[in-house]
Amino acid sequence: MLHIPCPHCGLRDETEFTYGGPSHLIRPELTASDREWTHYLYHRENPKGPYRERWLHSYGCGHWFNVLRDTATHEILETYLMGQLAQSSSPVRAIQGSQPAQPVQPPQSSPAREPAG
Amino acid sequence: MSSPGPYRLKTQARGRPVAFRFDGRPLQGLEGDTVASALLANGFRVVSRSFKYHRPRGIFSAGYEEPNALIQLHSGSRAIPCARATLTPLSPGLEVSSQVGWPSVSFDLLRAIDLVHPVFAAGFYNKAFMWPSWHAYEPIIRKLAGFGRAPTGPDPDRYDERHAYCDVLVVGGGPTGVEVAKAACAKGDRVMLVEQDTSFGGDISPLANLRNVQLLLRTTAFAYCDHDLVALAEAVGGAGVHLPRERLWLVRAASVVLATGALEQPLIFSNNDRPGIMLTSAALKFLRRHAIAPGRKVVIATNNDSAYTAARELHDAGIHVAALVDSRPSPSAALLQEIKDVGIDVHVHSMPIDTKGFSALKQVTVGILSSANGVGTTAQNITCDALLVSGGWSPTLHLFAQAGGKLKYSESTRAFTPVADLPNIQIVGSAAPGIPEPLGERVSPVGNKSRQWVDLRHDVTVSDIELSVRENFSAVEHIKRYTTLGMSVDQGKLGQAPAAEVIARARGLPPAQLGHTTFRPPFMPVTLGTMVGRNVGALYAPTRRTPLHKLQADANAIFEDFGEWQRAAAFTRNGESREQAMAREVKLIRNGVGLYDACPLGKIELIGPDAMAFADRFYINNLTTLKPGRARYGIMLRETGVIFDDGTIVAFDEDRVLLTTTSSGAGRVAAWLEEWRQCEWPSMRVVVAPVTDQWASVALTGQHARTVLKRLRPECDVSNEAFPHLGFRTTQLLGGDARLYRVSFTGELTYEINVPANKGAQLWAALLEEGRSFGIEPYGIDALLNLRMEKGFLHIGTDTDGTTVPDDVGFGKPAASKQNHYIGKRSLTLPENVRPDRLQLVGLASENAVALPVGSHLRLPGSDNATDGWVTSAGLLSTDGRPIAMAMLRAGRSQMNRTVTVHDAGRVVTSARVVMPTFYDLTGARMNA
Repeated sequence: MLHIPCPHCGLRDETEFTYGGPSHLIRPELTASDREWTHYLYHRENPKGPYRERWLHSYGCGHWFNVLRDTATHEILETYLMGQLAQSSSPVRAIQGSQPAQPVQPPQSSPAREPAG
Repeated sequence: MSSPGPYRLKTQARGRPVAFRFDGRPLQGLEGDTVASALLANGFRVVSRSFKYHRPRGIFSAGYEEPNALIQLHSGSRAIPCARATLTPLSPGLEVSSQVGWPSVSFDLLRAIDLVHPVFAAGFYNKAFMWPSWHAYEPIIRKLAGFGRAPTGPDPDRYDERHAYCDVLVVGGGPTGVEVAKAACAKGDRVMLVEQDTSFGGDISPLANLRNVQLLLRTTAFAYCDHDLVALAEAVGGAGVHLPRERLWLVRAASVVLATGALEQPLIFSNNDRPGIMLTSAALKFLRRHAIAPGRKVVIATNNDSAYTAARELHDAGIHVAALVDSRPSPSAALLQEIKDVGIDVHVHSMPIDTKGFSALKQVTVGILSSANGVGTTAQNITCDALLVSGGWSPTLHLFAQAGGKLKYSESTRAFTPVADLPNIQIVGSAAPGIPEPLGERVSPVGNKSRQWVDLRHDVTVSDIELSVRENFSAVEHIKRYTTLGMSVDQGKLGQAPAAEVIARARGLPPAQLGHTTFRPPFMPVTLGTMVGRNVGALYAPTRRTPLHKLQADANAIFEDFGEWQRAAAFTRNGESREQAMAREVKLIRNGVGLYDACPLGKIELIGPDAMAFADRFYINNLTTLKPGRARYGIMLRETGVIFDDGTIVAFDEDRVLLTTTSSGAGRVAAWLEEWRQCEWPSMRVVVAPVTDQWASVALTGQHARTVLKRLRPECDVSNEAFPHLGFRTTQLLGGDARLYRVSFTGELTYEINVPANKGAQLWAALLEEGRSFGIEPYGIDALLNLRMEKGFLHIGTDTDGTTVPDDVGFGKPAASKQNHYIGKRSLTLPENVRPDRLQLVGLASENAVALPVGSHLRLPGSDNATDGWVTSAGLLSTDGRPIAMAMLRAGRSQMNRTVTVHDAGRVVTSARVVMPTFYDLTGARMNA
């Protein structure tokens, strides 16, 4: 049972949370091709190593947030608010059909989008 | 006259006698005995039979690693199969029985299997017993294995769960564990010290009664989980005691110390499984704790120093130790002299190579090891009835491995040791790699390999391992599964190190190059009750009751679980059956007026300037044209285009939208809305407020509904002109707020009346009172589902499944024509979702008055498809009792008036005509009245 650090509430047992799949999925426009759209629906990366994923603190504050977790060791490397990007510099592949994978840089000085709620 | 047993050393025995029974025989043990020590004291050599060959087996160890002595305890609902005799404390009147052997464990005719043992070699079920089918033999073969009898009734005991947090969790209360706990406690840490045995191995008086220290005995740490969560199983009470039987502890520790000790390994030689052969440390434990002699004439065979202490101690206790056999060529001269001085024969560079004894050990044959990996020509037979083996010690590192620690076979210690440390785990005591002691041979180089046991529990021999390697299942994970080595109740705890050497030899590799199989929890078997805790019976799942529950119970409602809610399926009167009640209620709605508890229907308020724009992104229906005072039926999709939920949308005012959902979807939809708001559209100014429990909802339905409602004197005008179908009004009713929806699921004139939840019962009672002259009665879900079915109204999850898109159920046009983007819109034009042969919603009219079973399959004329669809809802038409149904049929809308055959459980049940899915009031006149 993971011990997850909710950015709002602190360390809590995994049973308080609901898992939400990968972070940073970019929803294509309505004009997306069938291929782009089905990539968005069904194709997921499955790396052995650091992975960005969403968690919801269902039995707590009710907020969604992001977690950078190593899928092999389960070590939680970082948590950050929904709408932000990770501070860790390892590359993120944007999950969409058309663009080739490119590293996403962490934000420099721009403020993070207002956290939800 | 009571006797503590012929093998009890009377001068050293202490404690009062305890009476018990083994296979019906009355016996005596002593206070403090385990079942194993009591049986040994009474001279029971054979307590079990081996898994495949039904060879007689005796007690091999004195602890949790026991592979042979599995016994059955108690009977009925308290029965425990596969209890380890070495762990079971003896209590007065305990009923113990053997689990295997016919007619008895001491005389087992099934031993005949041993005569044909090559037939049952590893993997036999892949090669033998194939014709006509393995399943013909499987039940018999499983029964022969002798795994005991399961309890016959529900578990009468209670199990508890506790969560604990500490700075240091010390697993293992032997001497080292106790010292570590004391040191941590002195630093002021919160300490937990857990020990699987019944006593600690050191003085714990400095730790007793301290607030920051938790001491647990009879507690096994069985799982090391993520982020240093360790699960413990504590044996608390016995039968009939006013305590839980077991307690599960979930301990989140900042650091863990593994003081888990080491397990003595056996020696591998031909016929090394006879009753009377036992681990040297076990014999020592039985002597020290229970004053028991392992036999009248004892031989000790070892490859290391630790057995020498045992030899001296046994001798000093007055037990006849005939010989000590050491496989090392030159053990310590000082140790050798000590043994010779007390008159024990010593054989160096020797090991047992065979044993004799049909029911129990009678003789061991000792061979001298030659340097050329064989034995010399002179072998010696020594008569004995106990052979104590000591093959070296293997550190108990299962929890370390479960935590992700890597282990490797070490050539210096000849055991598996950690490759690297883990940050929060410390290994101490004999579990830690110490100064390596050179060990002697542990596997006999000669003898019949099919009689050399590596896994006593699963009857796996050296020849089985060699067979596996020959057949190319040579990776350790494959050898494990092919031979079942280490897969039984003891999970191969004894023999980990020797097995590695046997496998290495078979593969011609050094053992350090082999890996090991994955260590998985639980370390020891855990009672299912302990895992479940209190979550049984009424506490298994929360029960939700509406504010109208008692009133419905008073009206003889039959309640069923619908989702988490207790809801009325039907209301029986005068000894009616449930089906009769339903039929009566259906008639009542179609011809009179009825009352329905709609409280569980999901209700969500969206509040904020962007409320309607937000809602519009979720439904296939265009909500931008929705006016205040109007309700619109809406369907919600997943992003894949699949139908997710349905309900109504009401524009309450510019800042507020009211949604209803299906009863079982209330929580799902609220979570869905919130997820998109937080993650995708956080800039929208809207709040999602679930209010399902805040409003009681009663559906008043039937041609007299308006009249009855008027009698309650609502403030607003409820005439048809002022308040048409699909309308919404807020008003005052019964002295308080009320929200009225004019929507219909039954197909009759209906008002869904919402009042604050604490006024729900008052509303129900008032409607029953005012409707009395019209014969108003409550109706349940059975009737509702029948009524809506004949109108062709969708029931999400019944008529739809995980593949249904709007066009399949007749909502393709609105979904396609809506311009604004909504969730799922893009998926509706994917090729799969526009296939012309998709299943589509139709109605079916049975052709010969035969009911159409729900789930039965349909075949179109001339079709050779496996299926062309199935019946999703079915019932009898309320007007004339004809059997009708709703169904999903391949390209259904273009099959009107064709006849399909209806198939159920492989037989044709009837045929049915394909029609439009509306059977009653096709124009909707009754709803719109």
